[in-house]
Amino acid sequence: MELRVRATKSYGEFRLSADFEATGSRLGIFGESGSGKSTLVNMLAGLVRPDGGEILLDGEPLFDSTRRVNIPPERRRIALVFQHPHLFPHLSVRKNLLYGYHRCASGHRRISLDDLVEVLRIGHLLERGVNNLSGGEKQRVALGRAVLSNPRLLLMDEPLSALDDTLRFQIIPYLRGVCERFGIPYLFISHSLVEMRLMTDRVIVFEQGRQTAETDADKLARLRMGTNPVGYINLMRLTDPQPHGSLWSYEWGGMRLYLTASPGEGGLLFELSSKDMILFKKHPEAISARNLLHCTVADLFTVGNKAGLELVCQGNRLVAEIAGEAARELEIREGSEVFAAVKASAFRRLY
Amino acid sequence: MISFTPADIDAIRLSAKVAVAATLVSLPFGFAAAYVMSYYSFRGKVLLEVLLNLPLTLPPVLIGYLLLLSLGKKGWLGQYLDAAGIRIIFTWYAAMIASAVVGFPLLVRSIRIGMESIDERLIQASRTLGARWYDTLFTVILPLSFRGVIAGSSLMFGRSLGEFGATIIVAGNIPGVTQTMPLAIYEYASSPGGERMALALCLVAIVLSLAVLFLHEFLGSRLGRRD
Repeated sequence: MELRVRATKSYGEFRLSADFEATGSRLGIFGESGSGKSTLVNMLAGLVRPDGGEILLDGEPLFDSTRRVNIPPERRRIALVFQHPHLFPHLSVRKNLLYGYHRCASGHRRISLDDLVEVLRIGHLLERGVNNLSGGEKQRVALGRAVLSNPRLLLMDEPLSALDDTLRFQIIPYLRGVCERFGIPYLFISHSLVEMRLMTDRVIVFEQGRQTAETDADKLARLRMGTNPVGYINLMRLTDPQPHGSLWSYEWGGMRLYLTASPGEGGLLFELSSKDMILFKKHPEAISARNLLHCTVADLFTVGNKAGLELVCQGNRLVAEIAGEAARELEIREGSEVFAAVKASAFRRLY
Repeated sequence: MISFTPADIDAIRLSAKVAVAATLVSLPFGFAAAYVMSYYSFRGKVLLEVLLNLPLTLPPVLIGYLLLLSLGKKGWLGQYLDAAGIRIIFTWYAAMIASAVVGFPLLVRSIRIGMESIDERLIQASRTLGARWYDTLFTVILPLSFRGVIAGSSLMFGRSLGEFGATIIVAGNIPGVTQTMPLAIYEYASSPGGERMALALCLVAIVLSLAVLFLHEFLGSRLGRRD
């Protein structure tokens, strides 16, 4: 997917001025609320008419003020997943899902109801009304409805921000899975760095109505480590849970970690904040933390008065942060060997 | 025991016929007006808003008189109708038009309330899923504003049953032809010894109104229960 946007839109004091080109199938737009993300989404979908400029998708103009082109939303083949599901309350789940499918030209119908229902696991809901579904079920149906319209681009405008944390990370595999399975490129809009890292390859950062950077989500998270109150979030996919006394032991890329968190249902994605690690220059003989990782410093970067360290332990990568002063005192530089201590309770399970 | 004369029966039948016809004829126009007022902004919208609500504030007698002037043989519209051999004044059509004009603002208001309560995102979702505006109108807006349509129709029907001022001017009070229930009640009430019959017709009017209101509530709760 190739997107070219050069468009402006003013609402009173606020002015959105977008000018970017993006290629790829997993794109992100990152920005705080009020940065103009939603206006941009509405312009792409054809729901808001830009004041001027042009929008091209795969070389085809969707909007061009000089050539007076403005393709209406129903002919753009750009589907939208909103923050809230916005399912049609008078239709059943099946009819909601098929709303876009029936309106899609038969030549474009690549995805069938049966395949989609299987991927989203909503087969048992088909004949139900939509008002009694749970939040997660509703959002899955909303996603399915958008996907079944067989779009050439899927816009997801903060699709997870109305859900609680547990539900949010339960939905992410569906969002990714369905788009990967059916090969639908998407533009994922969010103000959450973790969601960006799980969903996108490239990220365009929006601030006060204009894009300020184009980067990848991981670089962005490192850059924001200094100002983010939770630091940098290490996302760790663990496997093979085994009970270990009162704790649980998990495999992480050839080594074992000890956690208080039990495996439970679902995937085993955990987060570990860069703030929750203590570094030692030498092996501390006795320590209460249950995990002591022998690591090599692969990269050292400065964010404000903090030092960020990219650590490699048996091929696994972790980001830790320490005060700049501490880094100088310990004489940490690229290639230094350190021991990272992590408490068993510092890991938080995402899903 | 009260026994109605054939003219009374005609008046009851005519009232029902006028109210049904006025409601049915107004519905598409009322729905279109509500749609335009809810979803479009244009120059002169305020003026249209005022015009749509005008019959609500004008005395019905005045509306009847204006209709008489425009639909009469020499009226701006009446002359063409006359040339085409169509006569409206002093027929039941005139009673229907009078009711339709007087009740129109009530119909539009109720449908508008229904339409404006629809979440805009639902309409946007339908458009991005490939529905053209008229497709969205019939598959999303109409079903979701249906309660407003039912409410507006029952209000309009009720208002038409009671229409008096405009009807008497533009349709007259001809028993068996244009005499509706309110006109018959008026005639009984203003003639000596007619009180009993006036009251009997009042009773019929009350029963009819109650039936409409109950039907409205029933349909409203049926739609409200849908999930």
